[in-house]
Amino acid sequence: MSRAEELGPRAERAGTVDLGAPATVGTGAPATHMGERTGARTGERAANAPRPNPLWALALFRSELTTTLRRWRTLALLGVLALIPILIGAAVKIETSDGGSLGGGRGADGQGPAFFSQITNNGIFLVFASLAATLPVFLPMVIGVITGDAIAGEAGAGTLRYLLVAPAGRTRLLLAKFTTSMAFCLIATLIVALSGLLTGALLFPLGDVTLISGITVSFEEALLRALGVAALVALSLVGIATVGLFISTLTNSGIAAMATTVGLVVTAQIVDSIPQLHAIHPYLFPHYWLSFADLLREPVYWDELVKNLGLQGLYVAVFGSAAWARFTAKDITA
Amino acid sequence: MEQRSTEGDDAAVETRGLTKRYRGGQLAVDALDLSVPRGSVFGFLGPNGSGKTTTIRMLMGLIEPTSGRARLLGEPMPRAARSVLPRVGALIEGPALYPFLTGRDNLLRFDAADPTADPRTRVPRVEAALDRVGLAAAAGKKARAYSLGMKQRLGLAAALLQPRELLVLDEPTNGLDPQGMREIRSLVRELAEEGTTVFLSSHLLDEIEQVCTHAAVMAQGHLIAQGTVAELAAGSRGRLVVTTPDPADAVRILKEHGVTDLVILDERVSGELPMSGPGADDAPLELADLNAALVRAGVRVRAFGAERASLEDAFVALTGEGFDVAG
Repeated sequence: MSRAEELGPRAERAGTVDLGAPATVGTGAPATHMGERTGARTGERAANAPRPNPLWALALFRSELTTTLRRWRTLALLGVLALIPILIGAAVKIETSDGGSLGGGRGADGQGPAFFSQITNNGIFLVFASLAATLPVFLPMVIGVITGDAIAGEAGAGTLRYLLVAPAGRTRLLLAKFTTSMAFCLIATLIVALSGLLTGALLFPLGDVTLISGITVSFEEALLRALGVAALVALSLVGIATVGLFISTLTNSGIAAMATTVGLVVTAQIVDSIPQLHAIHPYLFPHYWLSFADLLREPVYWDELVKNLGLQGLYVAVFGSAAWARFTAKDITA
Repeated sequence: MEQRSTEGDDAAVETRGLTKRYRGGQLAVDALDLSVPRGSVFGFLGPNGSGKTTTIRMLMGLIEPTSGRARLLGEPMPRAARSVLPRVGALIEGPALYPFLTGRDNLLRFDAADPTADPRTRVPRVEAALDRVGLAAAAGKKARAYSLGMKQRLGLAAALLQPRELLVLDEPTNGLDPQGMREIRSLVRELAEEGTTVFLSSHLLDEIEQVCTHAAVMAQGHLIAQGTVAELAAGSRGRLVVTTPDPADAVRILKEHGVTDLVILDERVSGELPMSGPGADDAPLELADLNAALVRAGVRVRAFGAERASLEDAFVALTGEGFDVAG
């Protein structure tokens, strides 16, 4: 019957493959039409165990960073961040265009945002005002979205399994994701700072800067301090970034991880503002965030700055280890 | 290579007692002893929910076995993942892509994830892989605009970024048009001829029958058969088919000679051939003798022959007719 005929050639082929196997399999010398790639490859294969490239970590990190940066969502978030200093600058400019001082009637309660009243005197204060305005919500939200999606999003899309069988290596992939998160803390902060500096320079006068403690320093030194402030703000975000990465290892839904991380930021801020809960305040990651202002004193008040960095380091250590423990043991079922 | 053969593990994939019990207590794979010979095109069959994908995920180190061990290319998984997986290309449960990247950039990204991949040859290797799956023309399009078939091809291209010793392809022709299926099949044959072992899971039995040399059948987490495709098909015994204008007489004679399960369909009589002749000590029944007996008894025989069992018959015989997905 026809079935039997069909089976004929295949059975025959099965035979030849079996016979041919010891000679061809594993020698890495495939058929001729593979072309010139063959030569290089045979040599490579002769060494048998593939040698990892010394720059392995860098290649994946670069791929990670560019992939994240090429997402429309990332660009939109960074765009919003760039817009905030412009909005603040424009608002201050409009409100003070009649020659009046900022805040007008409501300045009386004395709790207006720090640095805002100084913007009209010196554009560089727009950098500090913008960072102070974005640090409590916008910046951690952006970081929460990016880190929350980092692993859960890839798991949900299924690309995680292909990265892992490439094989990216779980620790290596997590390290690349962590480094990318850290890079984004810096990128996001620098975007706010640069946008603030440019807007401030355009709309307001620049010049020597009077620090919070009343001492005047040159504009150059003020710029250096602004850079220091930006670095401090970026470092203030590494805690929530690591928490976001850990949450990201818990689920296969990027949206859920993002929402949880952003929710956590809001919750921590609320708890931090309830006086009755002061006992736990020193352990909340946003508690010392606004301490970056102490860098604008002469002499600098290091106390809270150091506490902030220590706390962020603690969060990185605890949640980084938790993320590693979870991710390296996780069954990838999506 | 010498080393490998002396160790005696010339199997491309080998599992011993491989078991996975999920947290809910469900036993997905139960004591699997799989052996995929090097150089074979190995078909991995089973109804939906039979544990094929769980097995593949354990082989690739994506999920941890509850017990048992798995060896890939002679090395233990998932311990040796770093050194083994660069030599293994995989398509697992369909393609997964970054929709906001072009096809080419998707491959560049997956290649960057492989620490052994040489960045200097990355671009030409990506182009070659795209070319091989027929996607060169669409390489610059965003993956979001790809059809399922194109995504499937891109997934295959990712598996072919490097020369591989083993390809694990889970339903590679899913979503492809008939031409695409043919192309993939010929690609698989081509790769097999180059010496690549291909581990192919599919629910298309025709496909397995056409390209595979070996096969294994799973059902409800158990491995119920494995061997060469010819052996498996032979496992479900062929049926004798006689076409005759005298079916009633034919049935009588055949029954006397030990043929069982006789079915008459108009002029076509079919039945199960006995393992041996009527006497227990007899040699296996010679078909020519059976035909002679029919003719001697005056049965007019128009056609006479043994119908070779297909893999589908074997599969159904092994896994049952039921259509229900295993729980």
